[in-house]
Amino acid sequence: MIVITAITFPFMKRAPIDLPPIISVDLIQIADKTNIPFAAKAAKTLEKIKKKMEERVVSEQAPPAEMKKEKPDRIPLPEDLNKEKKQIVKKKQNPKEIKEQIRQVSEFEKKELFDPNQIAALIDKSKEETAETLKKNKKLTQSSVKTSFANALTLNQEDALKAQIFGCWSLPLGLPYKDNLLVRIKLRLKPDGTVLRSEILDHARMNKPGQGFYKVLAESALRAIRICQPLRVPPTGYEKWKDLQLNFDANEMVKG
Amino acid sequence: MKKLILVIFYVFIFNSSAIALVEVDITRGNLNPLPIAVSPLYIESGSKDLKEGDKVIKNVGARISEIVEVNFRRSGLFNPLKKDSFVQKPDIAHVKPRFEDWRLIKAQALVTGKVTVSDDKLRVEFRLWDVVAAKEMIALAFSTTPGNWRRVAHIISDKIYQRLTGEEGYFDTRIIYVSETGKKTQRYKKLAIMDQDGANVKYLTLGNELVLTPRFSPKNQLVTYLSYFRNLPRVYLLDIETGVQEVVGDFPGMTFAPRFSPDGKKIIMSFAKDGNSDIYTMDMSTRVVEKITDHTSIDTSPSYSPDGKYICFNSDRSGLQQIYVMRSDGSNVKRITFGKGLYGTPVWSPRGDLIAFTKVHKSRFYIGVMRPDGSGERLLTENFYQEAPSWSPNGRVLIFYRETKSDSEGKGFSAKLWSIDLTGYNERLIETETDGSDPSWSSLLSK
Repeated sequence: MIVITAITFPFMKRAPIDLPPIISVDLIQIADKTNIPFAAKAAKTLEKIKKKMEERVVSEQAPPAEMKKEKPDRIPLPEDLNKEKKQIVKKKQNPKEIKEQIRQVSEFEKKELFDPNQIAALIDKSKEETAETLKKNKKLTQSSVKTSFANALTLNQEDALKAQIFGCWSLPLGLPYKDNLLVRIKLRLKPDGTVLRSEILDHARMNKPGQGFYKVLAESALRAIRICQPLRVPPTGYEKWKDLQLNFDANEMVKG
Repeated sequence: MKKLILVIFYVFIFNSSAIALVEVDITRGNLNPLPIAVSPLYIESGSKDLKEGDKVIKNVGARISEIVEVNFRRSGLFNPLKKDSFVQKPDIAHVKPRFEDWRLIKAQALVTGKVTVSDDKLRVEFRLWDVVAAKEMIALAFSTTPGNWRRVAHIISDKIYQRLTGEEGYFDTRIIYVSETGKKTQRYKKLAIMDQDGANVKYLTLGNELVLTPRFSPKNQLVTYLSYFRNLPRVYLLDIETGVQEVVGDFPGMTFAPRFSPDGKKIIMSFAKDGNSDIYTMDMSTRVVEKITDHTSIDTSPSYSPDGKYICFNSDRSGLQQIYVMRSDGSNVKRITFGKGLYGTPVWSPRGDLIAFTKVHKSRFYIGVMRPDGSGERLLTENFYQEAPSWSPNGRVLIFYRETKSDSEGKGFSAKLWSIDLTGYNERLIETETDGSDPSWSSLLSK
């Protein structure tokens, strides 16, 4: 136990090797399967904590508006429910699941997801609503994954960052519409927003047969980051956003 | 002590969960063609002039880069930048590009290269650079006879296209078509072949007989086409490399659109026997003809799926001409089009994911694509008269022909070849010496 504890202390961690930002990511060989037992346990622990916190919110503090948001737009079919269950079981470690919950923090965020063209019109409203929501969910915001996200970047800051990268990302034309076109890139940033290190999270996919487009897509995302840097990051709270994950999702644009 | 360690452990877990990774979704980008700078390939000192017959091709390096540029521009996926804006000289750029200079003109990719010409040999070397990452992406060299300099330009285009899109290119290919001259009422039709960019046109027949529907073999440089000999339809086989042609067979009545199977071992076509058009295959080695459909309706325009397991065709068995899909043995026939209008000339994409077709609705002609189950119909282009789509080998672009309106005497009539990509936005006229119809795209000449 002592050994485990010692290893997991942050200050005991070795600083990661600072590789130069290169395009030739295909040279790195990564096995198809990963085996990170600690991460799995950590995810389970997070799930448990999250469940507990959600119960508290629903039973004690969740405002009515929040409850409304959780209602689906349509009555889910039994197939849909099964799909959702399957996804949750399969992708416990997938940050996307966590992200979906995070997004329901404010009314504005949910609207923004479905109507990206009206971001500007909603920004002012979002300031008030976000603040109010955070106040109401104080217990939640101080201790859960959801709120650490909200604290790291405000909606304005997130929108500014998005808008900056939108302009830099030249989407490769000719992507297949049948395949998954999501590239997740983890960044370590400097306080001024320049990129210290970038890492493609689904790297193994690059070398798989029939996934040539994925390499091209990943390269375009890396190119966008390089063109854009320094990224528009908040002037404060560096510790909270120094590690940033950008999910470049071309699915909507290609598939319509 | 144990308790203390546990407390520290849980504190660590809580802290690490609180500083969770911040995620931002990027769901939009710009769909502009990729800005690419194609620097003229420099001629190495001591190189000789390149001769093509009696002509001397001056500055072949610049000519190659121009062909690459034209290919890229026509693809719609790249935006070749103007050479006037280039700061760095080609010879230095090829060795060590000053990426800042190229970034300054907003180039995201850069092509450099050099050419060496000796008496009987042409050596072309090129490099593709990622300007933003300041890295080389691909570097290749080709050696060939000097007469192949245009092909080298197309091969370079293909390699760059593949590296930047993840898909095979389609530039080192040829197109066979029916060249048409004369009045509308008295057309002379010759079989013609050219590079995909319209260069190197050659006529393969004299124009004495009517020729129709030439189709490339997907495996090699063989062409099958239909010609009338003493008013009887004949299916011919032509070897493009050797120029040798042979008669595959005489067929009764109206015969349509012979087309190769994906393995090149069979020809599939339709012809009318006893007044009824059905689909037949012919084994190329045994010349045995097999009937695939047996229906009282008119079944025509068959085309195999790339795996050879299915055939799409059009038939009027439901009353109006629609597209059907069946197994290659003729079983399990299913109708896949149910939209308004008539559907015809279905052609299965080499990628297998789409079927291209011609649609006629309210006297307008459309070229469109749909999935093999009939879903996702998209009409790419509309005009007065257009038909006969044929796929590029990578399944990204369609070539077809379009006719213009004419008066009762045939004035104003023309037939031209056009291409359009799957987005439907990149429509281009393919320049030909004469009018043209019935185009068919070859597979890649070099793989």
